[in-house]
Amino acid sequence: MMPKTYLAQNRSVLIFIACLALFTLAITLMSEAYGAPLISTSFVKTLGKTLCLCLVALAMDLIWGYAGILSLGHMAFFALGGYMAGMWLMYARTEEIVVQALAQSPLPATAEEITQGIATQIFGVVGSSDFPLIWSFAHSFPLQMAMAVLVPGLLALVFGWLAFRSRVTGVYLSILTQAMTLALSLYLFQNDSGLRGNNGLSGLQNIPGLGDVGQDKLSIWFFWASALALGLGYIALSFVVSGKFGSVIRAIRDDEQRVRFLGYSVEGYKLFLFTLTAIIAALAGVLYYPQAGIINPAELAPIASIYLAVWVAIGGRGRLYGAVIGAAFVSLLSSWFTGGRAPSIPLGFYTVNWVDWWLVLLGGAFVAVTLFAPKGFGGLFDRFSGRRSPDRKGAALGPDDGSLMEKEAEA
Amino acid sequence: MSALLEVSGVSVTFDGFRAINNLSFNIGIGELRAVIGPNGAGKTTFMDIVTGKTRPDTGTVTFGERSVSLLSLSEAQIARAGVGRKFQRPTVFEDQSVTENLLMALKANRSPWRVLFWKPKVEDMARVQALAAQVGLADQLARKSGELSHGQKQWLEIGMLLAQEPRLLLVDEPAAGMTLAEREQTTAMLVDLAKTRAVVVVEHDMEFVRRLNCKVTVLHEGSVLAEGSLDHVTANPQVIDVYLGRG
Repeated sequence: MMPKTYLAQNRSVLIFIACLALFTLAITLMSEAYGAPLISTSFVKTLGKTLCLCLVALAMDLIWGYAGILSLGHMAFFALGGYMAGMWLMYARTEEIVVQALAQSPLPATAEEITQGIATQIFGVVGSSDFPLIWSFAHSFPLQMAMAVLVPGLLALVFGWLAFRSRVTGVYLSILTQAMTLALSLYLFQNDSGLRGNNGLSGLQNIPGLGDVGQDKLSIWFFWASALALGLGYIALSFVVSGKFGSVIRAIRDDEQRVRFLGYSVEGYKLFLFTLTAIIAALAGVLYYPQAGIINPAELAPIASIYLAVWVAIGGRGRLYGAVIGAAFVSLLSSWFTGGRAPSIPLGFYTVNWVDWWLVLLGGAFVAVTLFAPKGFGGLFDRFSGRRSPDRKGAALGPDDGSLMEKEAEA
Repeated sequence: MSALLEVSGVSVTFDGFRAINNLSFNIGIGELRAVIGPNGAGKTTFMDIVTGKTRPDTGTVTFGERSVSLLSLSEAQIARAGVGRKFQRPTVFEDQSVTENLLMALKANRSPWRVLFWKPKVEDMARVQALAAQVGLADQLARKSGELSHGQKQWLEIGMLLAQEPRLLLVDEPAAGMTLAEREQTTAMLVDLAKTRAVVVVEHDMEFVRRLNCKVTVLHEGSVLAEGSLDHVTANPQVIDVYLGRG
């Protein structure tokens, strides 16, 4: 008997891609730009952003659901990717405006004057008029896109190398990753960090060179790009988790000491996964923030990465479609509740205002899922697919902290 | 007989307790050796040192014809150099099938990139079939290893060790928790294994050691007390005093 290969698992990948394609087509046909104007441009943007969140949830599922490493810092890589993309967007857009403004002057503007003008425009808000060193590549789209991969990738590589080689595991690693994202966020809050402090980068929805194209069209283009990225990400990650590599990382999740004695460098694999997922998260951020229009250091708050883990837990860890469903469902529900559209509940003595109470509801749902339905939404699919959990008298599948629980496993 | 594994002058202390005290001995190529000793004699610590789990305070451990020092290698590197280890409790990956467990153990490049693009060839699957047949699991290949019985898990772990093709196999109390029939099968398997590689068996059970019919090293308080045939060491008054006298 051959082991399950990528092709044998292709069925769920094909179903996923088909669903994603249908969804994309449906939204396009209902958009203001390309069909019956049934849904607003801002909702198209919300859906596009949601697809990016699904992509970062896939990365989280790979590192936590498959390899058992509960990283609570992956939204830092997502936001860093966004910052890197935002730098180019802001630079190039401001350049257009400055060149236009200087064109009215009697003498043609020198390159120096233009650069000075851009710097004053961008950094006036933090009382500076010079480009910090980290903006060195912001003038060039390809260089800055390379930075969007390299900066989060290198940070993950260095952080991961330090953490994994000291064999930091379990809850200690989670705390360390929380500290990383918090430290980064506090650093970026400073005005002299070079990224405009708490103002962050704004106006990112204006794409340089596409000033004539309306937001209704741009929103759909970004929606397509996000759907494509999610589809490709899904195919790539389902390849990664199938075959022997998938076997090895699941083995690391359940019993990493045993994997070492098989001759696999557990630290090397963890570092590989940590860096790979950081880069995927960064790419998702590159697509997310032009749709959001603004990025500031609050995006790197520790809570953001905890949400990410909650999405994957509610969707059901250890299966890729679970992560996507969890992220889409919870983040859309969250924007409905916090957007003030959910009706308040008057109790007479007190009115339940969902903007305030949504977090309590989410926290309660998270606890309930963990206790009573550890398979999350994935458990609903098991009713159709006939997948059952093994009977292990409550024993986990391995001795490690992140190992699969009895109810999460497949018999 | 030239030495495959040379342990010399090794000492290790845990919080002031000297678990291994100036331990020295050699294992030859293709030798079957039993290591016995009372609880706390340092048997498991000795295995931890050879496999890289514990670093000794002093001493040297070298392996192979080129006398590579194992002390500067990580656990994974030691495993790749050809040292396999069988734990006392069966440790297989319970969420994965017998085939997946064996494929993971199969000797091949272990680097992440190579593993990511690795595809099982026809001969790899044939090897998995043969290994499963050798340990009596030929009809269990598709089953999750978590569903196997205690004894079957032990066989699977031995199959995984064979797949690794180690030159030295360290086996920790293989007879623990086994029925008489299973013990006999295990004895035969270990003797068979020792024909192609060196096997060190750490054991508690004298009857089991007698059946292995090999050279015996007696450990006591972290160093070698006696060495020789089982009859030779059991005649040693010191051994009787510290070990047999109690049992």
